[in-house]
Amino acid sequence: MKIGIPKEIHDGEKRVATTPDVAKQLIKLGFEVLVESGAGEGSSFSDAAYTDAGVTVAEGAKAIWDDSDIILKVRSLEFNSSLNSEEVDLLREKQVIITFLAPAQNPDLLKKLAEKKVTALSMDSVPRISRAQKMDALSSMGNIAGYRAVVEAAQHFGRFFTGQITAAGKIPPAKVMVIGAGVAGLAAIGAAKSMGAIVRAFDTRPEVKEQVESMNAEFLELDFEEEGSGTGGYAKVMSKEFIEAEMALFAEQAKEVDIIITTALIPGKPAPELIKEEMVVSMKDGSVIVDLAAEQGGNCKLSEAGVVKKVHGVSIIGYTDLPSRLAAQSSQLYGTNLRHLLTDMCKDKDGNITVDMEDEVVRGATVVKDGEVTWPPPAPKLSAAPPKPLEKPVEPAEVVEEKPSWFGPLVTFIVGGLALLGLGSVAPASFMAHFTVFVLACFVGYMVIWNVTAALHTPLMSVTNAISSIIVIGAILQISSEDSLIMWIAGFAVTITAINITGGFAVTRRMLEMFRR
Amino acid sequence: MSPGIITASYVGATILFILALGGLSHQETSRRGNIFGITGMAIALIVTIAGVTSNIEILIGGLVIGASIGLILAKRVQMTEMPELVAILHSLVGLAAVLVGFANFMDPARLEHYAGVELTIHDIETYLGILIGAITFSGSVIAFGKLSGKIGGNPMLLPARHWLNLGLLIASIWYCVQFVEQSAAGSGMLPLLVMTAIALLFGIHMVMAIGGADMPVVISMLNSYSGWAAAATGFMLNNDLLIVTGALVGSSGAILSYIMCRAMNRKFLAVIAGGFGTTTGGSSAGSDAEQGEVIALEAPEVASLLNEAKEVMIIPGYGMAVAQAQHIVCELTKALKKKKVNVRFGIHPVAGRMPGHMNVLLAEAKVPYDIVYEMDEINDDFPNIDVSMVIGANDIVNPSALTDPNSPIAGMPVLECWKGTTTIVLKRSMATGYAGVQNPLFFEENTRMLFGDAKTSLDTVFKNL
Repeated sequence: MKIGIPKEIHDGEKRVATTPDVAKQLIKLGFEVLVESGAGEGSSFSDAAYTDAGVTVAEGAKAIWDDSDIILKVRSLEFNSSLNSEEVDLLREKQVIITFLAPAQNPDLLKKLAEKKVTALSMDSVPRISRAQKMDALSSMGNIAGYRAVVEAAQHFGRFFTGQITAAGKIPPAKVMVIGAGVAGLAAIGAAKSMGAIVRAFDTRPEVKEQVESMNAEFLELDFEEEGSGTGGYAKVMSKEFIEAEMALFAEQAKEVDIIITTALIPGKPAPELIKEEMVVSMKDGSVIVDLAAEQGGNCKLSEAGVVKKVHGVSIIGYTDLPSRLAAQSSQLYGTNLRHLLTDMCKDKDGNITVDMEDEVVRGATVVKDGEVTWPPPAPKLSAAPPKPLEKPVEPAEVVEEKPSWFGPLVTFIVGGLALLGLGSVAPASFMAHFTVFVLACFVGYMVIWNVTAALHTPLMSVTNAISSIIVIGAILQISSEDSLIMWIAGFAVTITAINITGGFAVTRRMLEMFRR
Repeated sequence: MSPGIITASYVGATILFILALGGLSHQETSRRGNIFGITGMAIALIVTIAGVTSNIEILIGGLVIGASIGLILAKRVQMTEMPELVAILHSLVGLAAVLVGFANFMDPARLEHYAGVELTIHDIETYLGILIGAITFSGSVIAFGKLSGKIGGNPMLLPARHWLNLGLLIASIWYCVQFVEQSAAGSGMLPLLVMTAIALLFGIHMVMAIGGADMPVVISMLNSYSGWAAAATGFMLNNDLLIVTGALVGSSGAILSYIMCRAMNRKFLAVIAGGFGTTTGGSSAGSDAEQGEVIALEAPEVASLLNEAKEVMIIPGYGMAVAQAQHIVCELTKALKKKKVNVRFGIHPVAGRMPGHMNVLLAEAKVPYDIVYEMDEINDDFPNIDVSMVIGANDIVNPSALTDPNSPIAGMPVLECWKGTTTIVLKRSMATGYAGVQNPLFFEENTRMLFGDAKTSLDTVFKNL
């Protein structure tokens, strides 16, 4: 099948859905790859690099849309001014389109896609289960956004991140608060931390505390009991009391910190307002707020999507294209996510994909198939976070210890005693003497063997084996017989027991020599 | 030599044997224990040989030939082949017991010594000695075959095998009565021979029905039998040294069998009756349900995991023995120790095919024994372990033994490695272990698989450290 990658037309979008490296892998899977000339320019991938990777470079978007069976894009479908047509209308029946479609926000688009009888997979609908991590483009873009947020903050923050004591005076380290410790938040924590800042983080989901602390950041905790984990590893809307407590915490922190990075998003809802105007006023002049949720209305009401504003002496960054600002990196990761998805759909590695609705990942990502809107998918069962400790391990079966009954041993003793008496009444004295020795020896053996350490069980077996060849004595006693048959039998018995004696002892010695501290 | 001196020497030998076994309680005293054993055996031999009146050249010849074969065997054997060697040596004791029993029976002096009840008891002793000896012999030969791969390791389950066993038992009791009756009349060779054949068959059938992973129980049980055979022979010959030694060995083997059974949470009789899971069959169907995904790693990633770890636990199993990977494991341990990683070994009692099998292999590879721990010693430490490495083990690290009451291995104590931060499982494929149960450990979120031959994989890991 032919995979086509048109140049992104969204204003300012620099990413591209496939890099030359990824294209090479796709070609290995049996696909043919078509790239619109100049598609990789924004991410510094030249047409020549694509050609070297075995990709056909085509002039003009039209050729791509017309010739390909599968279209890979970064941004959702929109109006293409150069072709003077909606991108949806460029699609034809049976074509497959894979990109970010935001199906929850764009039901009309889904309807149009269904009318066109195309198959559409949305990368933001890939379920968040362990197996699908390699195709989770939201995570890889979040990671980049978090990193870039810190870089942007550093640019607008007129000071060092790291603390220093220099000849010209002491420089305090910058204090960074990250709100929302998802993928982006954690990436921001990591980046800010590695630049030397003091980092604090807050999240409504208590299970991320460990992750935050594992990055050496401080986890801000509320004195409040409420679990904030929703399904799929996302957060949910919290109660009013909780939000009040949260606001108090942020207000207090705002006075102290230099940089606030907010990444709080709840799926399908406008971003929660976390930073109020009075908090911004209370921040020191020259502070920076990076609002990663600006596109969804912003965690800070003052932020404006796409621009940097200076309000009350605080720079509020509302860029919505942070991944695009690291275009080469984003394209590489996004392209790899797409490749993983295609690899999963192309089971036979023959360059053909099947949209297998039994596959949980493909089912989740597919939003339109065969003229029907298939979004939303049935809810994924697994959460990325550990589920509540519902499933206590079943205790081992024999916890209920039976009370030692006096009855059992008593019966054993009586039966054993009677058996002994019975034996004693018929057996001659000489036998009883040997029997006494035998029973005592069993007890001695019992006492001695329990002390043997488990590590020496093999040597124990080989040494007892050697010792049990004491049976050779019986053979030696018989060897003097005048009957030549008995003599030969005894002679043979002596030979084989001799093997056992020397073999057993020698191998024991060899083993014991090896046990060194 | 006077009977007093002989008895005194036998007492000395007995004490030395007890000390020999006692010495094995610790690694430090174990070498001394072995020397006690050798001394005891030498004393017993010298005293007994001194009483030999004729045919001494055959005796010496037999001893020399046998001793040299034994020495060569002991020198040549690979440590991974220990279970086979122990099994074949057991068979020799069994065979010797049979031979001595027959020789004793053929001795015409027998009828002069004993009469009435004494004769009956003596005959029963002879009969028992041969019976146990023959079972030990054929059972050990089959065990040897199974361990060395000459016979398939799967349990051979004949239909109605319990009835067959019962029939053989009744037959041998009936022939015992026949034998005692005929023996008093001066004959009795026929029932004795028939019984020997039955006992041989019984031994074969018994071990054939037992599968590969139950071998630790079988080996220690045969060890026990060889002791009882010696004890029975001792009764027959009125020799206390044989009785005591036989009893020591017999109880030692019995205890080992018991320890092994307990480690598998199985009843001794269930093991002997053979066929793992046949009693609980079908009840584990639920565990075949969706298991999830395994996460496979490559050797370099494993190496970096190990590099970052502070506490590493290595859990070896039979797979390590098969792949002969113990030396590279030791190299790996040394390399990690140099990086200040605390490496320890966790040994399950039934890991391998023989009690203590893993310890011997690790000792051979020169892993210091004070970092090798028993299951009970380290099972509580797993929450502090960064990386557990399971090498060729399966059932002994199966969490369903604790969580799934329907599992065939339910209740068996296992190494709880899943409580650590990460578990790396080295495995050839996703095949199930001996018990035929899928292992949920492989699907745990913190488990990573490293597929391939243990030795090759570890070689690559070692290079990447």
